[in-house]
Amino acid sequence: MGPLSSRLFALESRRGWTVFMGLAAMLMLVVPVLNLAVPPDSWLHVPTFWVTTLGKFLCFAMLALALDLIWGYAGILSLGHGAFFGLGGYAMGMYLMRQIGERGVYGHPELPDFMVFLDWKELPWYWFGFDHFAFAVLMAMLVPGALAFVFGWLAFRSRITGVYFSIISQAMVFAMMLAFFRNEMGFGGNNGLTDFKDLLGFDLSASTTKVGLYLASALMLGLMYLLCRYVVTSKLGRVLIAVRDAESRVRFLGYSVTRAKLFVFTLSAMLAGIAGALYVPQVGIINPGEFTPAKSIEIAIWVAVGGRGTLFGAAAGAVAVNGAKSLLTGIAPEIWLFFLGALFILVTLLMPRGLVGVVRQWRERRAIAKTSRSDSHVSA
Amino acid sequence: MSLPDPAPDFPEAHHIAPETLLYLDGVSVSFDGFRALNSLSLIIDRGEMRAIIGPNGAGKTTMMDVVTGRTRPDHGEVLFADRIDLTALNETEIANLGIGRKFQKPTVFENLTVFENLSLALKADRRILFTLFARISAEQTGRIEQALETIRLTAQRDRAAGDLSHGQKQWLEIGMLLIQEPDLMLLDEPVAGMTDAETEQTVELLHEISSTHSLVVVEHDMNFVRDLDCRVTVLDEGQVIAEGPMDAIQSDPRVIEVYLGR
Repeated sequence: MGPLSSRLFALESRRGWTVFMGLAAMLMLVVPVLNLAVPPDSWLHVPTFWVTTLGKFLCFAMLALALDLIWGYAGILSLGHGAFFGLGGYAMGMYLMRQIGERGVYGHPELPDFMVFLDWKELPWYWFGFDHFAFAVLMAMLVPGALAFVFGWLAFRSRITGVYFSIISQAMVFAMMLAFFRNEMGFGGNNGLTDFKDLLGFDLSASTTKVGLYLASALMLGLMYLLCRYVVTSKLGRVLIAVRDAESRVRFLGYSVTRAKLFVFTLSAMLAGIAGALYVPQVGIINPGEFTPAKSIEIAIWVAVGGRGTLFGAAAGAVAVNGAKSLLTGIAPEIWLFFLGALFILVTLLMPRGLVGVVRQWRERRAIAKTSRSDSHVSA
Repeated sequence: MSLPDPAPDFPEAHHIAPETLLYLDGVSVSFDGFRALNSLSLIIDRGEMRAIIGPNGAGKTTMMDVVTGRTRPDHGEVLFADRIDLTALNETEIANLGIGRKFQKPTVFENLTVFENLSLALKADRRILFTLFARISAEQTGRIEQALETIRLTAQRDRAAGDLSHGQKQWLEIGMLLIQEPDLMLLDEPVAGMTDAETEQTVELLHEISSTHSLVVVEHDMNFVRDLDCRVTVLDEGQVIAEGPMDAIQSDPRVIEVYLGR
């Protein structure tokens, strides 16, 4: 094995890889086959709507991974990660808007409907280039990355940490929401960007496109997980844990805490941007609602429920909480927020290490019980 | 007419000898009107071991904070090695210049293993992208294992540092300092909370280290300082009140007054 492949292999334990591969096969083979190859009247058939819903959850899982990378490992609790997710989403939304072309309500060949409605005569400069898919994808990473870099540089250089950082990150996402609500910003204001038609020539309303987007999300989640795993198992990962546990001590060892945080925060924002870019074509809309502070707080709840500092748990937490949300808002929408609040309190009080912590504890106990049982066998 | 003062020409102005490693002159620090350091002057030579004693609030820890960049002095000069002005640098830059510090309260990274703690301290490229791709070499592992032996923690190699006893944490921190290979080591109360046996071993360890490093040890424990058998500086109210070998210090009337008169 080459150095790269041996290093890739070392990212996970043997059992970790088994679980990873099992989940990948489940998500990338079983689900699409049950949707596309099994006839709709069969009880095994998975409806396309479910596939897309799962695809959305996988995007949330990526977002949770991004937050866990900074919160769980470097101790940076961002309550504004929705900003990076939303920016990535807007970048993709702009591409999808440009793809509509003359099929818009006003039939303008270049301008999106909302610009025609606002009586704008030409495309604003920052919309240029977004008719190219590759440019939009690049921007979905670079714009969140640049915002995180500038915001992080200002905050980390001034040694703003802990709850103070959380508060200003929340203020940042709130400011973004207010800005994007304005029509003059040129992003569709209140209504955002919607009525998308196709992506790279594929009809967004077609089942196959939806399954394709779902598969892209599953693949990206897997790659992102391995990337995050690489970061946290590297020497930099240990530096980050050290920063989380005793920040000033790390400085006296000669590591630049500011740069370590800046690196991981920017990386995390770029991952969140990718998640947003995959999310938007699946839900068909992006609007300033993505920047509501409550949405950003919810991300922290997914991570806490799954177990922070575990990556895997964060992703699982995102899927579990959103699954519960889909179920509950279907049955009794008015209790969802109470449920979310109660969930957060219970997790904080009873399972501080989240679902992953509970599983680990249970496994340890079983291992202890097993050894003590075999001990008694020996003595008997 | 107010022309700026000509920049002081360091060698002539201060007569800094080539063997000087650390040079503090007229350093003052105030916190909310409290003078923690009051025109403190101190010179540490290359290869020297120096003990600094003094009652609580004498400014010992503040002095270390000034040298390591945690606190900026209001006045005074702090120069290191080839007249590098430490007051213009931050903690990270000073650490990379070769000044290592052990804190009063042992601060090790509790969630990392003993080995990982040492591997972070190991002298190596500290740039972030380098650490992202860094792999530990066999030679480096060897050096860490050697340090483990020196600090008598070989058996604890893979345990979380948080599980160590207080004395072991102190040693781990000394080990982290060692493996950082600094030119100057600052140790703030290295034997606080140690048993007598551990203290004795620490004295031995510090003697070993002092043959290759310059050391500044801040301590309360007079017996320990006597065992170190080195030059002693006594601080009181942010100033040096006496300096010399331990025997001379103990008979100095001002020192007796400071230590016994209250």
